[in-house]
Amino acid sequence: MLLSNVELADTEIDLTRQLENKLTAILATNLTKHVGETANKIEILTGLNLQVAMGESVAIVGSSGSGKSTLLALLAGLDVPTVGTVEVAGQAFSRLDEDARAAVRGQKMGFVFQSFQLLPTMTALENVMLPMQLANRKDAKQMALQTLEKVGLAERLNHYPKQLSGGEQQRVAIARAFAPQPAILFADEPTGNLDIATGERIIELLFSLNQQANTTLILVTHDTQLAKRCDRALILENGQLN
Amino acid sequence: MNLNIKLAWQQLRSQWQSGDLRVLVLALVLAVTSITAVSFFTSRIASHLNNQGGMLLGGDAVLISDHAIATQFIAEAKQAGLQAASTLEFASMAINNDKNQLAEIKAIDDNFPLIGDFDVVFEQAQFLGKNFAQSVQTRPEKGEVWIEPRLANALNLKLGDSLELGASTFKVAGLLMREPSRGGDMFSFAPRVMMHIDDVVKTELIQFGSRVKYQLVMSGADVKLQQFIVQKTLNLQRGERIEDVKTARPEIRNALDKAEVFLGLSAMVSVVLAIVAMGLASLPFVARSQEVAALLRCFGASKVTIENMMLLQTALLALIGGVVGCVLGYAIQFVLAHFAGRLFLESLPPPSLTPIFTGLALSFAILFAIMLPHIRSLKNIPTIQILRKNFVLLPKQVWLNYLPVIIVVIGLIFWIAKTPKLAIAFLAGIVGICVVAGGLAYTLALMLHGASQSKNIGNAVGLGMANLKRRLGLSIAQIVGFSLGAMVLMLLVMIKTDLMQSWQKSLPIDAPNRFIINIQQNQVEPVKSFIQGVSKQANPQVFAMIRGRVVEKNDQPINAEMFTEERAKRLVSREFNLSSSAAMQDDNKLLQGRWWRADERAAPLLSLEHDIATALNIKLGDTLTYDIAGSRITLTVASIRKVEWDSMRANFFAVTPPETLKAFSASYMTAFYLPKSQDNALNSMLQQFPNFTVIDVASVMNQVRDIMSKLATAVSFVFGFCVLAGLVVLYAALVATRASRLQESTLLRVLGASRKQVTISMLTEFASIAVIASMVAVLVASVLSYYLSRFVLDIPYQFNFALALSVFAIALLLIPLAAWLVIRGYLNVAPKQLLNSI
Repeated sequence: MLLSNVELADTEIDLTRQLENKLTAILATNLTKHVGETANKIEILTGLNLQVAMGESVAIVGSSGSGKSTLLALLAGLDVPTVGTVEVAGQAFSRLDEDARAAVRGQKMGFVFQSFQLLPTMTALENVMLPMQLANRKDAKQMALQTLEKVGLAERLNHYPKQLSGGEQQRVAIARAFAPQPAILFADEPTGNLDIATGERIIELLFSLNQQANTTLILVTHDTQLAKRCDRALILENGQLN
Repeated sequence: MNLNIKLAWQQLRSQWQSGDLRVLVLALVLAVTSITAVSFFTSRIASHLNNQGGMLLGGDAVLISDHAIATQFIAEAKQAGLQAASTLEFASMAINNDKNQLAEIKAIDDNFPLIGDFDVVFEQAQFLGKNFAQSVQTRPEKGEVWIEPRLANALNLKLGDSLELGASTFKVAGLLMREPSRGGDMFSFAPRVMMHIDDVVKTELIQFGSRVKYQLVMSGADVKLQQFIVQKTLNLQRGERIEDVKTARPEIRNALDKAEVFLGLSAMVSVVLAIVAMGLASLPFVARSQEVAALLRCFGASKVTIENMMLLQTALLALIGGVVGCVLGYAIQFVLAHFAGRLFLESLPPPSLTPIFTGLALSFAILFAIMLPHIRSLKNIPTIQILRKNFVLLPKQVWLNYLPVIIVVIGLIFWIAKTPKLAIAFLAGIVGICVVAGGLAYTLALMLHGASQSKNIGNAVGLGMANLKRRLGLSIAQIVGFSLGAMVLMLLVMIKTDLMQSWQKSLPIDAPNRFIINIQQNQVEPVKSFIQGVSKQANPQVFAMIRGRVVEKNDQPINAEMFTEERAKRLVSREFNLSSSAAMQDDNKLLQGRWWRADERAAPLLSLEHDIATALNIKLGDTLTYDIAGSRITLTVASIRKVEWDSMRANFFAVTPPETLKAFSASYMTAFYLPKSQDNALNSMLQQFPNFTVIDVASVMNQVRDIMSKLATAVSFVFGFCVLAGLVVLYAALVATRASRLQESTLLRVLGASRKQVTISMLTEFASIAVIASMVAVLVASVLSYYLSRFVLDIPYQFNFALALSVFAIALLLIPLAAWLVIRGYLNVAPKQLLNSI
């Protein structure tokens, strides 16, 4: 049976991808996200494509409501696209079920959120250990201790989040993100809840750890100065990256 | 420690500290406490009846008879290899000098008890408490009696003193603390005197017509005993019955079953309310759990990990709530036993442990029923929520989420009510009351909201009143919750007060306060002149009493099997008193037929009391054949009367013309008013006629009142749980809306409202809830109480204004106070700080 033009084109793309996979951390193809029912349908992302290489740092900049957080959620498998696919290290990530995506996140991804998202019931050390414990890693404590030392919190291991300042809490969150040595780190407005001086120190720490670990960094921000520190800065506008 | 357990425990600890969990646990504890308190209490009485069946009878089986037991029967029992002991029981006056007291006398032979023993104090110095009593299997010597301490108190008797019983005097040789066969007496009005059976004759107390209970207690090998019972049961005479440990005390078992169901269902009202409170209180708990679940999902936790963590948390909570509830229930049953337990038994055995399992099972069932739908939704929580922070509380199919809880509640009601009919009635009642209360609350809330639009109302007050409508669903839940609790308690107080007051009011000052029974024919005239002397009554009435049993109706044999109602069965199988009279008593009312004419003095006619005629389905013109001491007489029902039993006058179910029963031997009775100053005169007459039994109606009335009051206190204690549960619903709704209230009040303050204005607005909202809840409670309780008074209890209804007012006052104090306690925390915090924390 003869292949149609479209199918031929798809086959060609697949071959190219196989070559690129070795170097690509994340590949998003034709990523589209709608919300709402037919009548009130809002298109947040429309046919967006993105390729992030291993070890690359990419900033996604955009105004409020442009869909930055939605894009981050799709890339990290926290949500599924309406149309299109996300591949992580060559694996069709977005087609996996919820639990399989969670497992991939646990093994390969780290997160830093704007509002820190530390569990108030756990000490700094316990918070950092948590993702590794969930992945049943035996070295959870050792890795957590090392990373907390790196972020300068060796003295505050047994403090609860409410006993820490905003900056310190975000440092715990950064330690939590780096300790499992993820391949990809997602940061969503990491300085959004901090004052300028603290924010700058946190960014220094984030980039320095990123460099040491050669982690792929995907940073969502509306701060263009911060975006400039990344290898690449992409602007999200009208559901497309420019 | 396993990570799941650690996470579950840490989350619980944190949620407890933040206060989200406290109200959930409080409601759970309340539900478990109210059910277990009732179960522990009823189990104590039930275990007494079940475990000590043999002790209760004093043997393995007993033949009970209203006439002396044939010596043939006793001989046959002995031949069958059984041990046998004879006892007889009757009521009589016990006298010490100028004091007298009605006592329940039990005369026992040398073999009693066959099983069990007595606790008796033999030395006065040691009479400090039960611990000093000796357990003995001996019995009073001839010429001696053992008496209960309350008789010793009433007659001012010490060990070694003399006690007069009829024509004889006895030495008080022991204080009887406990006896077999006494344990299960429901209402033991009169204290016990224990004597030797051979002494009965010389007291001359047992005369013709005296009510005496003859018993033959038997014991022996199970097979022999059963064979004997089966064989003898077929040939029992009228007035005889055999009880064994399984069938003993059916009336108490029946009463206990009813009390268990009634108290259980009362407790169920608070369980239902507590479940509503738990449903509300689970919302902030789940919202917080969603944040954690989303975060854990983000870090790679599987659905199973989340599910396990939540299941563990739920199980831990259920365990904590169940254990605390059981401990409190155990403590509270002591209070119930204190108020009501002594009505049943002198001393109750310790409670069984079964209610612990009931309590724990209840705790797990309720909590899992509430939490499972949440756990299902938490497990599937989209992880993107962590970035958006807009959490959806429950999946959309709302009714499905309530299904487990509805199933558990209905299951519980069916289990407690025991019969489907009662369960359905209870369910319909509670749903009906909730719908009516909800409808009323809805209407009143809308009216109040309308009033809040008036320009004359201050802004803060208007805002508070309008809030009622903004959260209409929750406001109605709060109103219904509180009013349901208040309503049941009000209903109890209203009915109790109405009953007492109407009873007291219906009695004239000179209503008879003494009954004398067991009067012999030759003693009638002296009694009449005595009454004329002490109470200035011109023509005292003394009534003949002839004991007879209905054996045929319209010439067809009549027996207990022909009736389904317990009361009818009882009435047919027992003897009751027939009396004779020329004229109908003043307080009787002729409903059907006619009274006899002067020329019918010896006609075979009968006038029946209305209730008994209805129970036995006897109509005007029917003929009834009575067996009176072996002879038969057939009488035609000529009239049906209504009798005011509350009037305390002597009244009879069945009355014949004055000379119809002339051929039969009769004993006589009378009722009269004895002024307080004439006590001595009565005592001297009693010394002259020792066979008389005087019943002090006033003290019996006081005892009845005391019993009612104790029962009402015990029941109101259980109903108190309902009020508490109502308050917990209110509190839970407050906690559930705390976040949105916090946001609202912060914005108000940012926009320039003072703390005072915010406080006034909040207090107004809750004062409005208090007013509406009180109105609903008063309205519904009054209508129910009117219905019960008018159609069930047949007493005049009176609106209890003071009670209604106090419900308003208490609600207006408690409800805004509870709200203020929850909200005051953030009234003093700067709006900036609050904005950051929202």
